[in-house]
Amino acid sequence: MKKRNYLKAVFPAVSENEALARLMTAGFLMPVGVTAQQLADIKTLVSEAVTNAVVHAYRDREAGEVKMEMSLNEKGILTVTVRDFGCGIGDVEQAMEPFFTTDREGERSGMGLPIIQAFSDSFKLRSDARGTKLVMKKKIL
Amino acid sequence: MKTEIRFEGGTLTVLLCGDIDHHAASSIRREIDREMAEKMPRKLVMDLTKTDFMDSSGLGLILGRKQKTLETGAEMILKNPSEAVTKLLRLAGVQKLISIVYE
Repeated sequence: MKKRNYLKAVFPAVSENEALARLMTAGFLMPVGVTAQQLADIKTLVSEAVTNAVVHAYRDREAGEVKMEMSLNEKGILTVTVRDFGCGIGDVEQAMEPFFTTDREGERSGMGLPIIQAFSDSFKLRSDARGTKLVMKKKIL
Repeated sequence: MKTEIRFEGGTLTVLLCGDIDHHAASSIRREIDREMAEKMPRKLVMDLTKTDFMDSSGLGLILGRKQKTLETGAEMILKNPSEAVTKLLRLAGVQKLISIVYE
């Protein structure tokens, strides 16, 4: 299916870029005419996915990159892909449990993946020792 | 926008401004915890009137402060979350743990 528009970005997995990812999302969606709630939901999806990469992907090594892609097709379905090339998620099922977190240093709520599940129409998570790829879809038009 | 904190009459009020994400949360947490340790408030108000965006990191910040108030016996409320932030709070069931008021 033909894409109406798309965005590809690569940036370091550092916390400053969580806001950058949300700004790019807003910039991509504003001309489309989404509602304020839709924009808030999608910014949240992006923020959760990017933050997961920033916090977890490279915790055992020097920070690498996050690749974010966004596309809107002619049926009005937005696809957002966030991937990293880090250590991967050990137990994906466990990671999906509300309030579960492997972070021991801060106060992570463990709600990132459950929020992604709640705010998207569908999502796929693939993770192994080469990294993690999250593909989220949401019908916005 | 910076977080604003004021203490009056035993109540510590924290005005969370702008985006409360993972990047912002750690410094805000340190600031609040320092004030709570110094002032020992009877009540903690987290004012979300000027919170433009919050994700699960903001939830972690709120839930962590709730844990602190449980340890000290202080009351805690959340004030004026936006529609988007309220959606997030309700998804996590925060309203079962912390009073949310709209003024």
